[in-house]
Amino acid sequence: MVLIRDLAVQGVQMTLVLLLAPLLTGIVRKVKARLLRRRGPPVIQPYRDLIRLMRKEAVLAVNASWLFRAVPYLVFAATWVAAALVPTFATGLLFSWSADLIAIIALLGSARFFLALAGMDVGTSFGGIGSSREAMIASLAEPAMIMIIFVLALIAGSTQLSIIAEFMLSLAAGLRVSLGLALIALILVAIAENSRIPVDNPATHLELTMVHEAMVLEYSGRHLALIELAASLKLLLYMSLIACVFVPWGLAPMDSAWEAYALGGIAYLGKLLCGGVALAIFETSIAKMRVFRVPAFLGAALMLGLLGALLRFVSGSF
Amino acid sequence: MALGFSLWCAAALLALGVVAVLLARNRFATTIIYSASLLLTLALLGNALIHLITNAAPETTILPLGLPWVGAHFRLDALAAAFLILVNLGAAGASFYGLGYGRHEISPSRVLPFYPVFLAGMNLVVQADDAFSFLLSWEFMSLSSWALVMAHHRVPENRHAGYVYILMASFGTLALILAFGLLAGPEGNYAFDAIRARAQTQGAWPVLMLVLIGAGSKAGLVPLHVWLPLAHPAAPSHVSALMSGVMTKVAVYAFVRILFDLSGSPDWWWGLMVLSIGGGTAVMGVLHALMEQDLKRVLAYSTIENIGIVFVGLGLAMAFQANALPDAAALAFTAALFHAFNHTLFKSLLFFGAGAVLSATGERNMEHLGGLIHRMPVTTIAVLTGCVAISALPPLNGFASEWLTFQAILLSPELPQWGLKIMVPANGALLALAAALAAACFIRLFGVSFLGRPRKPVAEQAHEVDIWSRTAMAIFAALCLLAGALPGFVIDALAPVVQAVTGSHMPAQTTIDWFSIVPIAASRSSYNGLLVLLFIALSAALTAYLVHLFASKSVRRAPPWDCGFPDPRPVTQYSAGSFSQPIRRVFGTLIFQEREQVFMPPPGDMRPARFHVELRDLVWEFLYAPISGAVSVTADRLNVLQFLTIRRYLSLVFLALVSLLLVLAIWS
Repeated sequence: MVLIRDLAVQGVQMTLVLLLAPLLTGIVRKVKARLLRRRGPPVIQPYRDLIRLMRKEAVLAVNASWLFRAVPYLVFAATWVAAALVPTFATGLLFSWSADLIAIIALLGSARFFLALAGMDVGTSFGGIGSSREAMIASLAEPAMIMIIFVLALIAGSTQLSIIAEFMLSLAAGLRVSLGLALIALILVAIAENSRIPVDNPATHLELTMVHEAMVLEYSGRHLALIELAASLKLLLYMSLIACVFVPWGLAPMDSAWEAYALGGIAYLGKLLCGGVALAIFETSIAKMRVFRVPAFLGAALMLGLLGALLRFVSGSF
Repeated sequence: MALGFSLWCAAALLALGVVAVLLARNRFATTIIYSASLLLTLALLGNALIHLITNAAPETTILPLGLPWVGAHFRLDALAAAFLILVNLGAAGASFYGLGYGRHEISPSRVLPFYPVFLAGMNLVVQADDAFSFLLSWEFMSLSSWALVMAHHRVPENRHAGYVYILMASFGTLALILAFGLLAGPEGNYAFDAIRARAQTQGAWPVLMLVLIGAGSKAGLVPLHVWLPLAHPAAPSHVSALMSGVMTKVAVYAFVRILFDLSGSPDWWWGLMVLSIGGGTAVMGVLHALMEQDLKRVLAYSTIENIGIVFVGLGLAMAFQANALPDAAALAFTAALFHAFNHTLFKSLLFFGAGAVLSATGERNMEHLGGLIHRMPVTTIAVLTGCVAISALPPLNGFASEWLTFQAILLSPELPQWGLKIMVPANGALLALAAALAAACFIRLFGVSFLGRPRKPVAEQAHEVDIWSRTAMAIFAALCLLAGALPGFVIDALAPVVQAVTGSHMPAQTTIDWFSIVPIAASRSSYNGLLVLLFIALSAALTAYLVHLFASKSVRRAPPWDCGFPDPRPVTQYSAGSFSQPIRRVFGTLIFQEREQVFMPPPGDMRPARFHVELRDLVWEFLYAPISGAVSVTADRLNVLQFLTIRRYLSLVFLALVSLLLVLAIWS
């Protein structure tokens, strides 16, 4: 009975992230449009786009290999699994022990690895430019993320995300310098990882300014739909990650009653809404930077993370 | 019993070298030598596996060989057995691969005699139990591998590589001889038991330095790595696999045997030093790998990176051991051994892949390849598995061992010394940087040579390689997947070794539900490679099924889109050089003193624009160039001594004798 309920909660989590991901993207787009005094597409537009793309036939380049066709499924699966392991409305999910925070981030790394390969498969210059720049951004964002994980793990005494979230929820951490540094670094990394302004622009199709979009330029139809869905899932994942560590309130602890889960769900929706609005405001108020300014941006994240980790290594009281 | 068997096998390998000389003109020499090597190494592998898994007691034996008053001591304990497994797993794979690949060899008589001797040398190093047999086997290993590097000696680059290699190898052996001299002390008993009994107290730091030079130069630690990217690629590919995947592990064995077993307890700053050298080596290795265009050189530099990761684990283990934290030391040491094991698997696999590309196209330069995925399907899948594994991505094995290393780093706030408190997280950052750069490096390697469009006709006419090579690659790819999905079995198999070396071991892993690995406690961290693999496979399959069922499954082939301007010429693709340009710009200005020059002719001028990149190897310029310069200047100065008259020579001899006797008189 307990197992069935745990399975059900895990199943709800998996479906929830999948269903909410396009909505979050829609909200961000809508708020951005309103801030620019445009009317903007309705918030459910991403769902319509996905359905339409799914129904269309997929156009493949003549020399595309099997890898090119397999990658969308792999990327989507890896991102989905990673997103399903981040606590959204409840901690202590059934499979939360199968991958800790390091493994979740590495799963996203696997997804990126395959996507970058797909960018090089057809042998066009734009695919290559996207893959190459994505590799450069990742080479700085991933170490920064590991440093952030070090800070969180040393504060909570665990790399398990569920346990970190429970620890934060218990307020035993308090206000700490290292946590503040980690938060800033995590936001910087999240912006870069999700190809948001100022690192990359998800809305552009101006060739030389794009990274992620250049990589997936050859995709169409259902393959493109899966990649877009994976990108939305990744945005949701990072937002859930920031929410469950830094604003864990409302998270239902392990083995709660149904009401606690419902409350957790409502709190989660509220957090996503706030996060989406904040992201839209941030993106509208800042200009995209040149590609070779990105290393400085991510270098700052890496240094902040390292500083936080150093503080934690040196003394437990920071 | 087990020791006797494995010594007989090693002797048989040595004899096989002689047989290979006799068979030089035989048509079937290649098949005979590689199949015999395969059988012998498999026997050695099985023998060592049984010894390790049954947790048998150490065995020793003394043969009446070697120095007259010492004899040749040999010993098979858990540590030796673990490295025997590593050596013979790689060796068996290489022999199997050689059955197919060796047929393309243009001068088999230059490879076949040395190949079994090389294998025997590595086996004997691991089992040696006194300094003399150790160094003798070590030299067998060095010299036979040198001969293999020089197999194609008509290529000038190979001659240069061989020269640098033999120089560094001799220098390294010299350092090891001095280290053993220090360990044995004035009594001069070179049996390891006597050394162990003598060194009960604090270890001596000169030994650390000498072993870092001796074993570190063989393993490829920066700045002693310069020979490695020259020599490893020069050998035939299956020998490159052995040198990169296995011989560097023998050097790790030497390091562990001397510093963890023979030399007494380490000081805390030893750990700091080994850790920092490891972190620096990892980042330098992978950055160099990103700048190379030769497939095998990329792999050789990536070996340097992985050795760095192993040494980070070893350094952590030393630091924990110096502070009497045996459990943490056990975790760090397990991580190091596990990574060494994983590296043997995926580096052998990748060198086999590079060899397959070489025999299919005759090219090692990535800039001439492309599109091999359409022509070499099996090789492609195997190499892709190796690339994912070496980039430390879940669910493959490289991630499992890096994850353990990170877990060990997270235990280090318990260390009391400030130096360690600051340097450990800094090296953690270097390790994470190296892992991320490794992923970039292998996206580049795979993307440029296997994906895209063929850049040269040779890549267009490539064909799949023979069945032996394919099978060898498939086996190693499967092993990578297995070790990644079920890391608990490897960790448990390593437990006796870790127990013997650090005095503690990680909790048993295979009894945990679902084959998770839990290094300390379930509330602290756990990882389950099997479930992650299953989850990804299931959700990918489910998605593909549902999409094909409910959405569309029609596909249309069309010319590439490329933003509306597809150019059919393959040169418009991103090349290896352009792929690494962003990373070169971020890290290169500091590490390589990179300078880019663009020559853009004025409008109306029809000359082509030119782009020139200059990278400098600072280690070579600031360490090796001054030394070799000083040596040649001194040699020039001393040259006059060759042209003296006999009277002057006699007086020189007389002076030397008198001064030596004086020294002796004053010394006592």
